[in-house]
Amino acid sequence: MKLPRIRIEKRLSSPRWLPAASLLVSLALAMLSIAIIFAALGVDPLVAFQRIFRGGFGSVYGLQETITKTIPLILAGVGLTLAFKGRMYNIGAEGQLLIGAIFATGVSRLFPDWPAFLLLPAMFLGGFVGGALWAAIPAVLKTRFRVDEVLTSLMLVYVANEAVKFLVYGPWRGSDTRGFPITDEFPAAAHIPTLLGTRIHYPTLLLAILLAILIYLLLTRTKLGYEIRVTGENPDASRYAGMDYQKIALLVMIISGGLAGLAGMGEVAGIHFRLRPPEAISPGYGFTAIIVAWLARLNPLAAILTAFLLGGLLVGGDAIQIALNLPAATVQIFNGVILLFVIASELFNQYKLRLEV
Amino acid sequence: MTSALPADQATVVLRGIVKRFPGVTANDGANLEVQKGEIHALLGENGAGKTSLMNVLYGIYHPEEGEIRVNGRHVTIHSPQDAIRLGIGMIHQQFRLVQTHSVIENIILGLKESFFLPEKAARARILELAEKYGLKVDPDARIWQLSAGEQQRVEILKALYRGVKILIMDEPTSMLTPGEAMELLHILRRMTAEGLTVIFITHKLEEVVEVSDRVTVMRQGKSIATLETAQTTQSELAQLMVGRDVLFHLDKKAVETGAEVLKVEGLNVLSDKGLPAVVNLSLEVRAGEIFGIAGVSGNGQRELEEAISGLRPVSSGRIVVNGQDITLSPPRARIERGIGFVPGERWMALIPSMSIADNMILKNYSRPPIGNGPFIDRQAVATYTDGLIREYAISTPDRHTPIKRLSGGNIQRALLAREISEKPSLLIVAQPTSGLDVGATETIWNLLLEERARGAAVLLISDDLKEALSLSDRLAVIFEGQIMGQFAAREASLEQIGLMMAGALRQPVSNETSAGEPA
Repeated sequence: MKLPRIRIEKRLSSPRWLPAASLLVSLALAMLSIAIIFAALGVDPLVAFQRIFRGGFGSVYGLQETITKTIPLILAGVGLTLAFKGRMYNIGAEGQLLIGAIFATGVSRLFPDWPAFLLLPAMFLGGFVGGALWAAIPAVLKTRFRVDEVLTSLMLVYVANEAVKFLVYGPWRGSDTRGFPITDEFPAAAHIPTLLGTRIHYPTLLLAILLAILIYLLLTRTKLGYEIRVTGENPDASRYAGMDYQKIALLVMIISGGLAGLAGMGEVAGIHFRLRPPEAISPGYGFTAIIVAWLARLNPLAAILTAFLLGGLLVGGDAIQIALNLPAATVQIFNGVILLFVIASELFNQYKLRLEV
Repeated sequence: MTSALPADQATVVLRGIVKRFPGVTANDGANLEVQKGEIHALLGENGAGKTSLMNVLYGIYHPEEGEIRVNGRHVTIHSPQDAIRLGIGMIHQQFRLVQTHSVIENIILGLKESFFLPEKAARARILELAEKYGLKVDPDARIWQLSAGEQQRVEILKALYRGVKILIMDEPTSMLTPGEAMELLHILRRMTAEGLTVIFITHKLEEVVEVSDRVTVMRQGKSIATLETAQTTQSELAQLMVGRDVLFHLDKKAVETGAEVLKVEGLNVLSDKGLPAVVNLSLEVRAGEIFGIAGVSGNGQRELEEAISGLRPVSSGRIVVNGQDITLSPPRARIERGIGFVPGERWMALIPSMSIADNMILKNYSRPPIGNGPFIDRQAVATYTDGLIREYAISTPDRHTPIKRLSGGNIQRALLAREISEKPSLLIVAQPTSGLDVGATETIWNLLLEERARGAAVLLISDDLKEALSLSDRLAVIFEGQIMGQFAAREASLEQIGLMMAGALRQPVSNETSAGEPA
C-alpha cells in the first residue's frame, strides 16, 4: 500500500484573493490548535471561545477594556509596520515601551508644578524620546558594526525590564506606598483624561489613530516613505539610487521605538498614574504588537483593526483565566499560536501543497 | 514549410496549447513535435511563449486548453515531479543549486533512496554518467567554487541521475563564456547520440544552426513553423521569428565628438573577494562617442562599472567627470552630476515587486517635479511614468503593474528609458542586450545611438563582441582587469581582438590611439 505524500511546489502565479484567504485560513487553523489545547486542559473549547469573545467584545465593560488595551497595541504595532517595511526587524518594542514609561515618569518628576497643557505634551515627548533612544541602539549597532538587530533589540527588552525594576525598588520608590515597589502617584496635571467612568485615555487613542494615518501617508506619499519601501524590498537598488541606508535604518527604528515609547507613556499616565514594575505596566504589549503588525500585513491603517482584535483577545483571555481557572500563560499561548500560523501562512502565498496518492 | 511527422514517432507532442495569464496570452494554440534522439531548437523572441510552453511540458504551468502526449501516451502533467517521472527534465536559466553544498549532495538532494545519504552508490553512478556524456566535474567541489559552465553540468547530471530522457534547456548558453558554450554543444551532441532528446530554447540564430537537428519557430504564442535545420538559413529563421525583415545593419550617423566627459586614470579596484579586479586602468570617453569595452565576462567589467558609478570603493587612481574629480563622491552626487547607469546585473537597479511607476522614479524621486518638498507628487509620477511608457513603447497593462511581470525586453527598455530620460552627460551601460531577442536588441541599440547623437558620452561594457563592434566608435579590450588594446572600432581586426580577449596579445602602450582628436 502506498501512502499519500504531500508535495510542496512553487507557485508561479498567485490570485489576488490569496493573501486574504491564507490569512483567514491560518487564523482558523490557529483557533483549531488552540481548541485542542483547551481540550487538553479539560475545558470545552466552544465554551472557552464564547467566554473569550464575550469577555472582549460582548459587553460594554469588555469593549471598554478592549479599547483600553488597543491603545498601546496601535501605537507599538504601527511603529513596527514601519520598521518591518524598511527591513529592520525590531523585536524590542516591549523594551522601548518601558523606557518610554520611564522617561515620561522622569518628566513628571522634573516638572511637577507644570500645568497639564504643558506637562502632558512634555511627557509624551519624553516617552517618544525614550523609546526612540532605546531603539536607536540596535540601529547604530546594525549600521556601524553589522550586528543583527533582532538579537540586540530583544536583549535590550531585558535591560529595560531591569531598569524599571531598579527605579521602582530603588531611587524612585514612593514615600507613601507601604513598601510596594511603585512610585508616588503623578501630580494631577500628569493624568491623561479618560472617558467618563472608563479607563479609556482618549487623547492617547486619538493620537494613536492620528499617527497610524500619518505613518500610512509617510509610506505612500513621501520621499522618505519611498526610500523606506525601496530599501526594504531591495537594499541593492537603494544603494544604487544613492539612498542613505544608515539614515533610513536609523529613522525607521527611531520612529518605531518612539511610538512604542508613546505607548509606555500612555500606560503610566493614562492607567496607573505612576511607574510600577514592568509586568504591571505591560502584559507584553510590545510583543503582541509584532502580531498586530504582521496580521495587518504591514499596513499601518489595518494595524488599527488588528490591534483592536488582539486587544479583545487579551481582555477575553483575562476573563477566562478567572472564569475557567486557567493558567495565566493562556493568553501568551494564544498569541504565540496565532503568530506562528500567520507567519507560516506566508509560505502559501508563494508555494502550494499537492497531495499525491 | 512544416515538416510534420506521424504523431506516433514523436517522443513529445504538444497540440493546441493555450496558456493565459491576466492580460496576456502566453501560448495561443502552440504546437510542438519532438522526435526521439534529436536536438530540437525552440526559437523565438522574448515573450514569444517559448519558456511558458516548456513550463507547461514540465508541469509548472497548467494549460487552459490543449493536449500533451509523451511517447504516444496522453498525459496530464501536474508538477515537475510528474514530468520527471515521465522522463522529462528542465534546466532553467538561473541554476537551482545549493551554493554551500557539494556536487554530490546537490545531485542526490530530495531523492528518497534511503534515510542516510547514499553517497557511495551515488558517487559511482555520477562518475559513470559524467564519463558517458563527457560532463567533467569534481563531485566533491562545493557549488560556489564552480564556474557557470560547471554548475550547468551539475544541473545536467542532476537531471540524468533522475533518469531524464528528454531534457529541456532554457537559454543554456546565456550564462556561459564562448568556450563553455562550445563545450556544452558538444555534450548535447553526445547525449543525443546516446538516445536522449534535447529541447533547446534560444533566441540566438547561430546556435540554432550550429547545434540543432530541427527547429520550431514561435511568435506571439503560436508555433510558426518547424524546419529541418540543414534546409534553412539564418535569414529565413530571423524573418520567421520577427515576422519582418531584421535590420542587421545599423544606421550609424557620424557624430562630431566633443569635450572629454569621462577620464579614468590608473584605476585599481578590488573584487568582493579582495583580489585585484581592475588593474591600473585608464580611459577617456568624449561627448558624442560610444566607447566600448569588450571582453569575456568576469574580467573586471563589473568592478569597473561599479567603481565609476560609485558603488564600489577605488583603491587607487582617479575618476574625473566633466573636469570634476568624483573619485570619492557618493553615488547620489554622481547621479546628480549627470551619470546614468544601466548595470550588467539588472535587478540591482530595479525593485522587482514594486510597480513600474515606483521603479521609474528611482533616480529622480527626490527632485522636482517628482519630489515636492518632503512629498512625492503622485500626479507628477503618473504623468512622468505614462510619458515614458508611451515614448519608449513599454508594453504593460498600466503603470501599477509590478515590473517583474514584464518581459525581459520591456524591463530593459524601461530601465534604459529611466536612465536616459534625465539626459545624462555620461551613460554607463553594461550588457545592455543580454538575454534579449533581435527586435528588442535593435530598439536598445537605436536608443544608445540616439544618446550618442544627442551628445552623451556612452561607456558600453559588453561581452557580446558583435554588439561592442557595431555600436562603438572606439573599442578597448579588457582582460584580467587590464586594457589589452584600444582601437577605432572600424579599424579593429577581429583576429587581434580575439587574441586580446584571451589574454594572448597586448598592444604596446601608446597614447596616440587612445583619444580621437576632437574634430
